[in-house]
Amino acid sequence: MAKTIAEINEKIKTGKAVVFTAEEIIRVAQEKGVKQAAREVDVVTTGTFGIMCSSGAYFNIGHASPRIKLGGGRAYLNDVPAYTGLAAADLFLGANALPDDDPRNRFHPGEFNYGGGHVIEELVAGKDVRLVATAYGTDCYPRKRLETWLNIKDLNEAVLFNIRNAYQNYNVAVNLSDKTIYTYMGMLKPKMGNVNYSSAGQLSPLFNDPFYQTIGIGTRIFLGGGTGFVAWQGTQHNPTVPRTEKGIPKGGAGTLAVIGDLKQMSPKWLVGASVQGYGCSLTVGIGVPIPILNEEILQYTTVTDADIYAQVIDYSDAYPQRRPDTVAEVTYAELKSGKVKIKGKDVPTAARSSYPRAVEIAATLKDWIQTGKFFLTEPVEKLPGAESGVTVKPLRERPIEG
Amino acid sequence: MAVSKKVVLRFPRRMVERPIIYRLAKDYDLEFNILKASITPEQEGLLVLELKGNQAEYDRGIEFLLKAGVQIQSLSQDITRNEERCTQCGACVTVCPTGAFKLDPKTQLVIFNNEKCIGCGLCIPACPPHAMEVHF
Repeated sequence: MAKTIAEINEKIKTGKAVVFTAEEIIRVAQEKGVKQAAREVDVVTTGTFGIMCSSGAYFNIGHASPRIKLGGGRAYLNDVPAYTGLAAADLFLGANALPDDDPRNRFHPGEFNYGGGHVIEELVAGKDVRLVATAYGTDCYPRKRLETWLNIKDLNEAVLFNIRNAYQNYNVAVNLSDKTIYTYMGMLKPKMGNVNYSSAGQLSPLFNDPFYQTIGIGTRIFLGGGTGFVAWQGTQHNPTVPRTEKGIPKGGAGTLAVIGDLKQMSPKWLVGASVQGYGCSLTVGIGVPIPILNEEILQYTTVTDADIYAQVIDYSDAYPQRRPDTVAEVTYAELKSGKVKIKGKDVPTAARSSYPRAVEIAATLKDWIQTGKFFLTEPVEKLPGAESGVTVKPLRERPIEG
Repeated sequence: MAVSKKVVLRFPRRMVERPIIYRLAKDYDLEFNILKASITPEQEGLLVLELKGNQAEYDRGIEFLLKAGVQIQSLSQDITRNEERCTQCGACVTVCPTGAFKLDPKTQLVIFNNEKCIGCGLCIPACPPHAMEVHF
């Protein structure tokens, strides 16, 4: 009764594929039982929409006349510096890049109103972006200065390339100190005044395929409102963390590197973000389809928020000092109820990633598959799994003797 | 009939040193709660007040302010959420000191109730996509 991806794609072609979101499948499996559900369901769609800092995009702007070699020079897009360590007409822009004159945290907490993530959003929205570049000039690339408007439709390539997205699980943040702190997990009030978390929980892609049985290199995905692919495991991919009996990692584990054509994406699903006191970033929408090849794969997609545990970490001390201390362990069901009990105290919770938008992504992907617009791919290589021995290592500093 | 309203008052420079709010309390028996004040001598002033009292007295009090040259706006018009920009993340929920943002437990949608908003502005820099707007 095991299905193949090719068989599922045949069903998609004829409009007969049975698709549910990772939220809907919970009820379906309860009603029908896992055995029957696995037989009847072809695909489960997942979704997540949150601030993902290790995001960026590369562009080929086309050659100017006379020619200019951006490589080794300097380039700014709307005053935000882009990376020029590549060839003559290629640029890479990171979501966290800031204009040279941004006050940053000089007056703490800084506002970080505009950075790389905002430039990417504006490009995707079809707005003109100002390029100012300087170069040293060569015999073949004599030009030393270039100022021009760029529009995404005129670029040869505009490619979103995020090296770490869709974390399988994530820290839950509190502040045990006696003053307010501003972190990438948001504003944290003193003495554990609030709890912030950032995961779509039961809808999040890697929670629904915890051992990476179907999601691998080459998996076609919903990315930023268009389609993209899993390019590689993300940086800091850490599959060997402790897991629950059901195989769900209890802390940050797997990650994805993703790639896709920026030209077919939408500013609704790639939103520039300002994180007070921290920096600029990009909010990214990702949805991954999970082919139901057998019962075990379906069983994993029935994960609920009550099955998923996360570690509560003190961001005033343990996190910045890189100490492993954990304040508590909580479930996403507790976090989503609006308050959690930690050390006998009811603490209000807030999400950093958007569950309603994750629902919308999973539903959109479901619709694309049901209407024959989106086909599944067979991964060309698996991601390193729990048995791989791959772990994320902290930096071992080796002082440089003067 | 008793009323309780939040209003934004703008004082022109010539009025900054007159005891306007004292008159509201004394002559119109209005209870006031100052939510935000930025009044500098010799400059324009801005005051966000919650006013409570009898409807008739409230109306007369407002008339007195208008006659005196104070510009008045209802607070709820001044704090808005740009629904196009809002990503429904929830970053505002615990930042707000008055609980003006509530999570729908079923859908996890963030509901903005500007009746509870006191215009403190804490949500403005805390909102990652810059969806919250104050128009003072």
